Amino acid sequence: MASHKESIIREPLVTGKDITYAKVTNDVLAPVENAPNKAWWIGFIVSVIGAGLWVVSVSWTFWFGIGSWGLNKTVGWAWDITGFVWWVGIGHAGTLISAILLLFRQNWRNSINRSAEAMTIFAVICAATYVVSHMGRPWLAYWPLPLPNQFVLGVNFNSPLVWDVFAISTYFSVSLVFWYIGLLPDIATIRDRASGLRRRIYSIASFGWTGSVKTWQRFETVSLILAGISTPLVLSVHTIVSMDFATSLEPGWHTTIFPPYFVAGAIFSGFAMVQTLLLVTRKVLGLENYITMFHIESMNKIILVTGSIVGVAYLTEFFIAYYSGGEYEQYTFLNRFTGPFWWAGCMMYGCNILMTQVMWFKKIRTNIAMAWVLSIIVNIGMWFERFVIIVTSLHRDFLPSSWSMFTPTWVDVSIFVGSIGLFFTLFLLFLRVLPSIAMAEVKLLLKSSSEQAKKKQIEEGHLDPEQVQYYKDSLIAYDTVDLKEYENA
Amino acid sequence: MSSTKYILGLFDDPDVMMHGIDKLQKNSISIYDVYTPMPIHGIDAKLGVRESRLGYAAFMFGCLGGTVIFSIIYYFLVHDWPMNIGGKPYFAIPDFVPATFEWTVLFTAFGMSFTFFYATHLFPGRAPRVMDLRATDDRFVIAIDAKTNVPHEDITNILKEAGAVEVKHNTRKYVSYE
Repeated sequence: MASHKESIIREPLVTGKDITYAKVTNDVLAPVENAPNKAWWIGFIVSVIGAGLWVVSVSWTFWFGIGSWGLNKTVGWAWDITGFVWWVGIGHAGTLISAILLLFRQNWRNSINRSAEAMTIFAVICAATYVVSHMGRPWLAYWPLPLPNQFVLGVNFNSPLVWDVFAISTYFSVSLVFWYIGLLPDIATIRDRASGLRRRIYSIASFGWTGSVKTWQRFETVSLILAGISTPLVLSVHTIVSMDFATSLEPGWHTTIFPPYFVAGAIFSGFAMVQTLLLVTRKVLGLENYITMFHIESMNKIILVTGSIVGVAYLTEFFIAYYSGGEYEQYTFLNRFTGPFWWAGCMMYGCNILMTQVMWFKKIRTNIAMAWVLSIIVNIGMWFERFVIIVTSLHRDFLPSSWSMFTPTWVDVSIFVGSIGLFFTLFLLFLRVLPSIAMAEVKLLLKSSSEQAKKKQIEEGHLDPEQVQYYKDSLIAYDTVDLKEYENA
Repeated sequence: MSSTKYILGLFDDPDVMMHGIDKLQKNSISIYDVYTPMPIHGIDAKLGVRESRLGYAAFMFGCLGGTVIFSIIYYFLVHDWPMNIGGKPYFAIPDFVPATFEWTVLFTAFGMSFTFFYATHLFPGRAPRVMDLRATDDRFVIAIDAKTNVPHEDITNILKEAGAVEVKHNTRKYVSYE
């Protein structure tokens, strides 16, 4: 801790003056220790209604079978796999923030990793429910697991669907472990401030954390190794999900670009969902000093980069379809623009490529309202991407005699809308019982990357004036910085 | 005889606490442990805490996971129920890769995490052995075993001189369930 001065030209990660270690705890734990406000209740009631819809529609599916969905002989996968891939993709940003950005020592992850990891867990739960419900006979969901069974049969490890089972279950459990170990110090903080029953509950959940030197040292080792193994894991999961399609012979699916393209798309949609959630959370919970413009802009930059990678993947797909000379492949891609689902194709390309390119402009990247709207546009676009890949490829197959259309039923729509309700219900409950910001990690930033630490450096007066001016200019976009305080500095 | 079990120096700044550790060590006062609300880098070297060997545990668990699942797949697909799929070989290693990779990661993560819990004595429901409740909030606490370090007044003075905002003489080791 002896030297923790950071270059003045770097923008602050924690804004506001007089931020102390105690204030960080008080600010972050305010929603956990106090009664929820009106905004939380409104959000929670709406989400619970959504989750109720999910319960009804999934129960309906289990009772009547997947015949209640709009699937037919030709389009055997539609909204279910679209929803599954969409949710798994959303989950990826959490692991990316907690693992890859940790490995790259990106300190700005400290304020957003907790919520993003929680989002991962809830998104993968939503994805898993799709997998189980689309099996048709969910009580046999244990069949793809390598368990001894009465048929004396093992699972077929040549099948990408079995790889999927391994990938998703590993991803979920490793993410959960990573998230929970990271939570231990913060749960201990809540425990030591609580009393009565709450103290007992948080005491059990804190595993007896004390914050001794040895524990912290090992904690950091575990975090780093978990980050190291989660990094290839997060890339492998969506690669394997893409292999569900890529290893088939279906035109539109059978392409080698799928693994990197799916991974980029997953990070793209995941960051968009983190943005959607955190822009609201920071406002409603008053966490603007911790989730700052720098965080918002950084996430927008990642959305721009991954969105552009996705754009390149789209172009590559078209080029390869043309260059391969395969007429079925060429027809599939033409059909995406000229066939009956042309509107879905337009939504996909419009939302994901055209709309996100506006983020090249700093003014748009640092505009909160625009960032929020664009994040929702990306989420919509990415849902359509999966819909287009799945449904438009299937509905026009090799045999024109088997061509057919897909129309969702109310059950399809309700499961999807309901899963969003379930996701938000879980996320809002998380905000009430656990700290949404990793307090211990944010406290690490106070002496190096906070606005007050940088202001102190300026006041000490031995910095290059040009760099100080550069720093002040960078603060203009911040909605939480009072620039008047810098007039005489 | 004094009933003090531990002398605690409470600091509100990690840098000041680090200087406090230096000062105590210069005066040959042994430090029992230090409790902080966040990881303090460099403190383990100062206190002579050995580097963690969890990385080795992680590697071993990873090898175990990879071997287990590779053996299972081999048994299923090559030995027990070989399937002729288009005349392709039964021992098709590329197909083994995804599941092998996933279980390598799974065993590493769980094995290392459980080793971490075991080594640091953390488990669900364990009574928190906290010496001061603010050590998880905003206080950086140096704990000194009072029995082996005397005289207590000198320790108190050194801690105060080093910038401790508070010095406590605890008669109980743990305070969390007082």
